[in-house]
Amino acid sequence: MSEMNEFDENAPTVVKRFMYVNRRAPYGTIYALECLEVVLVAAAFDQDVSVVFLDDGVWQLKKNQDTTGIGMKNFSKTYGALDDYDVEKIYVEKESLAARGLTADDLVIPVEVLAADDLREVMAQQDVVIGF
Amino acid sequence: MKFAILITEGPFTHQASDSAYRFTAAALTRGHEIYRVFFYNDGVYNSDRLSEPQTDDRNLVSLWAKLGQEHDIDLVVCVAASLRRGIKDEILEDGFRISGLGQLVEAGIQADRLIVFGD
Amino acid sequence: MLHLINKSSFERNALDSCLRMAKSGSSILLIEDGVYAALAKAAHAEKIIGRMEDFSFYVLGPDVAARGLSDAALIDGIDVVDYEEFVDMVAEHDATQSWL
Repeated sequence: MSEMNEFDENAPTVVKRFMYVNRRAPYGTIYALECLEVVLVAAAFDQDVSVVFLDDGVWQLKKNQDTTGIGMKNFSKTYGALDDYDVEKIYVEKESLAARGLTADDLVIPVEVLAADDLREVMAQQDVVIGF
Repeated sequence: MKFAILITEGPFTHQASDSAYRFTAAALTRGHEIYRVFFYNDGVYNSDRLSEPQTDDRNLVSLWAKLGQEHDIDLVVCVAASLRRGIKDEILEDGFRISGLGQLVEAGIQADRLIVFGD
Repeated sequence: MLHLINKSSFERNALDSCLRMAKSGSSILLIEDGVYAALAKAAHAEKIIGRMEDFSFYVLGPDVAARGLSDAALIDGIDVVDYEEFVDMVAEHDATQSWL
């Protein structure tokens, strides 16, 4: 589950698997933005971080978002920062994409598309699950 | 065991804060320690001392403050979420403190269990 | 893993998504408006009945009572728990996932 790191003085003593789960579309509610804000802060803690996009959460990553007509901040490009922050485990559920007529090419960042069966295994291994 | 609680909705509009409160009280009764209660998204409104529910109804802000005081619980309200929603030190109920999202992550690391109550 | 569902399956797809994504052997606790899914006679009962071999299902008693359902028939095999038992369940499972 978690490891004690005895050798690197700068490493945290506990490393846990944190999963952040997004199941809601962007803009209709603030959860997409405020979850991303947590993940970017969480990245600094040297934990094992995964971010999952499931159900309507996959819409958060849709390319070509133009929010000028609704007056809200377009934060979709901020997903690009996940890579800069070394958050590499970004999973999108295959069935959620397909159900919405989407493919990985429609998404604003490269992601790992996982079938439900595989994502299920990943989720079951997590130590801390934070969903919004 | 050490528990960390994350609450993502304000008082009254959703049952989240009530459920979290009852859970937290039950955990204390069971002899567990509450490492931190972190209020995020609209959860920051649970710290607003100006909340004035009807007199025959529970006062969630006071309930949290009292539980926090009695059991020395760290009640933390996210600074970013607070600023957006106009929750500032001057209206913060005693016993709550405003701090960064790092406190949520740290709670997840240090506690044995983290439970989310939201919408 | 302990999975928490707090919304009616008529209102949200949280229960559906949980049932799809949870690993066999997990526990699922219905709280708040999620308790309606425990009703034996409601249209969605089959969602739970059909998965009782994979998961252990529980429902939070105080939320059942609050909604006037104390006399209602619950799906056979769902255990009713109180807040302290809820706490015990969180302690006994390695992690808890809330399907909001």
